[in-house]
Amino acid sequence: MRKPKKLLNHPDHVRREVMRGLTCAYNGQLTTLNDHCAVYRRNIAADQVIIVSGGGSGHEPTFAGFIGKGGIDACALGEVFTSPSPDQIIAVTQAAHTGQGVLFLYGNYAGDGMNFDIAAEILAESGIQTRTLRATDDIASAPPSRINDRRGVGGIMFLYKIAGSAAQYQHYNLTQLHTLTSKANQHTRTIGVALDGCALPQASRFNFELAEDEIEMGIGIHGEAGLSRQKMTSMDETVVEMVDRLCTDLPYQSGDRLCVAINNLGALSNTELLIAAGKVGQELDKRGIIIHDMVSGHFCTALEMAGFSISFLKLDAELQALYDMPCDTLGWRK
Amino acid sequence: MNVNETQAMLYFTAEKMVESEPTLTALDQVIGDGDHGIGMQRGFAAVRQQLQDPAFQAHDIGDLFNQIGTKLMTTMGGASGAIFGTLFRAGGKSIPGETQLTSQVLATLLNQGWRAVHQRGQAKPGDKTMVDALAAAAQTAQAEATKPLDQALAAVAKAAMAGAEQTQTMIAVFGRAKNLGERALGHIDPGAMSMAYILTFMSDYVRHSARYT
Repeated sequence: MRKPKKLLNHPDHVRREVMRGLTCAYNGQLTTLNDHCAVYRRNIAADQVIIVSGGGSGHEPTFAGFIGKGGIDACALGEVFTSPSPDQIIAVTQAAHTGQGVLFLYGNYAGDGMNFDIAAEILAESGIQTRTLRATDDIASAPPSRINDRRGVGGIMFLYKIAGSAAQYQHYNLTQLHTLTSKANQHTRTIGVALDGCALPQASRFNFELAEDEIEMGIGIHGEAGLSRQKMTSMDETVVEMVDRLCTDLPYQSGDRLCVAINNLGALSNTELLIAAGKVGQELDKRGIIIHDMVSGHFCTALEMAGFSISFLKLDAELQALYDMPCDTLGWRK
Repeated sequence: MNVNETQAMLYFTAEKMVESEPTLTALDQVIGDGDHGIGMQRGFAAVRQQLQDPAFQAHDIGDLFNQIGTKLMTTMGGASGAIFGTLFRAGGKSIPGETQLTSQVLATLLNQGWRAVHQRGQAKPGDKTMVDALAAAAQTAQAEATKPLDQALAAVAKAAMAGAEQTQTMIAVFGRAKNLGERALGHIDPGAMSMAYILTFMSDYVRHSARYT
């Protein structure tokens, strides 16, 4: 059996060393709370609602990699694939908040939900007002009838972008920001596919393995099971199935204007990613759907999992104006 | 059992939980995302260190459990940190001023802890979570509340283990196993196993120490 191989210093130090790397790569734009493994943006304006996110490490650059101008403001880093604890979230919120309120924006997972909820309860006692928005873009994780049970995956980058522009450039208040981000979430859909599993830094074997001729359609970003394990076919056929599923779910229709993210789950080559991007373009073209913007790269990985996801965000006038504003984060510059 | 003796029991439990990491990891790799054992190990290693600290002081049994719960919640993260932290914290807060761990005190702690865990995570028995072990343990603790502590704890641990084993027959409502649907049948929920282990190690300690009543 193939063993996972990782170039690390020590499996227990991954989270801290990721934080150190983020701080270096950001050229001094981040303030670090070392004791709490959390970071926040320098130069937060006094009149803005702040956006705090957090989640497990192992999805780099998500989540802390989207801190910056036109992005989110603060982030608590959990251990690999593990949500942060309440004291991390509390500490970074207290350090970064301006008194204008706080939007908690993160993926819809049980652990993240509970730990952010505990933090929100404790912060309320000290007079800090929070509202919560959980990204639920993964169409494979529950049917449309249970949309609130869906996982948050790669599409969260669109929510960061929209919410960050609204808070920083347009000075939305907390209620407006929550309403807007909720709308963006409703307009966002993602589906992923994996060729093979990944391994936690401490683990001596892979979380799961797929046969040489198998793929898993609808996989989650922690290796969660998807819709089906199926025979591997060509990239074109795979993309056609993914785009079909996405367009059926919302639906996205002729004349709609979309932003598209082609996200590497870890170990795919850029060659494969670009072949996917080209086919997504063709498929949307065929449907008369306008591509407003397409980005491709590592945005929300699942450690070294081989595979990719496709995210769509449907624009309206408000979302388009906010999407077009500049951002300067590690994960996305525009 | 007085506060010092209870602290020694919890130290033993923490040590054994740290040692259980490989078993819990293997369970979680089948139906979870593989981090449960590592998280429990991290949390209980921190508890072990907390209890070893000469400066550590607990005023009473309630305070002892509350402090351990806070340590789990702040060091573990994840759903497990929130849930096991809530169990120990809420359980501890429900028995303020108690200077002896008796069967009745244990029953209150587990039942109030269960109530808080349900409030926090919304899981109920049958959902394939740690609640299946906890609920069985809490009910048994209430039924055994007039028995000597060693007997009550042995029955509680046994009930928790049976509850954990029953999760094999369940379809999950939370976590990664939820997405597996029927594919998770036949596998024990790792959180339920952790819950059963904690009570088993507490029971083992009491049984092998001097007789406590």
